[in-house]
Amino acid sequence: MNYESLSFIFLNAVLANNFVLALFLGLCPFLGVSGKLNTAVPMGLATMFVMLVSSVCAYGINIVLVGLDIEFLRLIAYIVVIASAVQLVEMTLKKFSPGLFRALGIFLPLITTNCAILGLALFQTFKEYDFLQSLVYALGAGTGFILAIMLMAGLREKLELSNLPSVTQGAAVSLMLGGLLSLSFMGFAGLGGQ
Amino acid sequence: MARKQNNTITWDTFSEGLWRENPVFAMLLGMCPVLAVTNSAINALAMGIATTFVLLASGILISLLRRQIPKQVRIATYIVIIATFVTIVDYAIQAISLDLYNALGAFIQLIVVNCMILGRAEAYASKNRPLKAFVNALGMGAGFTFALLCLGVVREVLGAGKLFGVDLFGPQFEPWVVMVLPAGGFIVLGAWLLLFEWFKQRKAQSESDAVVEVR
Repeated sequence: MNYESLSFIFLNAVLANNFVLALFLGLCPFLGVSGKLNTAVPMGLATMFVMLVSSVCAYGINIVLVGLDIEFLRLIAYIVVIASAVQLVEMTLKKFSPGLFRALGIFLPLITTNCAILGLALFQTFKEYDFLQSLVYALGAGTGFILAIMLMAGLREKLELSNLPSVTQGAAVSLMLGGLLSLSFMGFAGLGGQ
Repeated sequence: MARKQNNTITWDTFSEGLWRENPVFAMLLGMCPVLAVTNSAINALAMGIATTFVLLASGILISLLRRQIPKQVRIATYIVIIATFVTIVDYAIQAISLDLYNALGAFIQLIVVNCMILGRAEAYASKNRPLKAFVNALGMGAGFTFALLCLGVVREVLGAGKLFGVDLFGPQFEPWVVMVLPAGGFIVLGAWLLLFEWFKQRKAQSESDAVVEVR
């Protein structure tokens, strides 16, 4: 059992242990979809939604697995749930917002392989959070992901207009930016980091 | 399969993963473990080997089953196969070295969601014979391990003044702590990419110069 307060869990997941910038989870969409602000935000929201759904499901599944004494199936069970949740989001988006669906492209099904989501499910299991704590943790992780991807998208939109040497164009400069962002987020470590 | 396959295994089947299509430096796949566990060279090596094992085993199995797996559910099937092998690796590392297991943390289990493995399953193992898939997976795994080591060595030398746990500079060395912190991971990988891009541009430059001279 874990007795951390809900506000601590939330702040910790958003700032001090930000999933992207401090724990290195979910880097593929962070680098892949952060080119434009108006695709980055929906991507963040979709990820957050999948996080919430899979966090709730993972909590339930874990109880069943522990009850049946088959914890070695945890990984397989979690990943199947996440894949289904992503499928759900994909179908919803395709129906209600085809334009957005096309804009997100390959990165939408790739939410399945977003480590942030499986990581969240695993961490909440390791930390033995109860139901409410898990939910708040998922909310915090999702908010942190949106925050990171929005900041990155904003920076990269500015970068488009600046004059870079040709060597640095592409992924290298994005990674450097990510490094600086991560460095600035270290300032939040006093709020209860590791 | 209606399409005629090219079944010959060449050196290129192996080497494309090492350099030209290196999963990390050229294709930017599987970034999360690349940055998260490379704060020391030994962690990087262990992670590389574990990932290579999963890549090989899942590659062979998917390639063997490629005619049986229905098209519609192939991604889910691949994920379940990969998750099975990752569970094996997870328990194996736990049995071999608990220290290593604690150092790598959740990132062993997160091999499941390494985009590189799923990408290889989809793009290569599902279309080729087992032996060819095996050779290619070996190359990709070696390339991935190489990239992890590139980062791990730089970050451990600069951040802790050590290499594989051996002190390099003596006690007066002031460790460059930021390198073993998350920010250092981004910056070191960015620097490697810059270096490779610079090489590539220089090569392209010298080639175009050569063409001009011939004229």
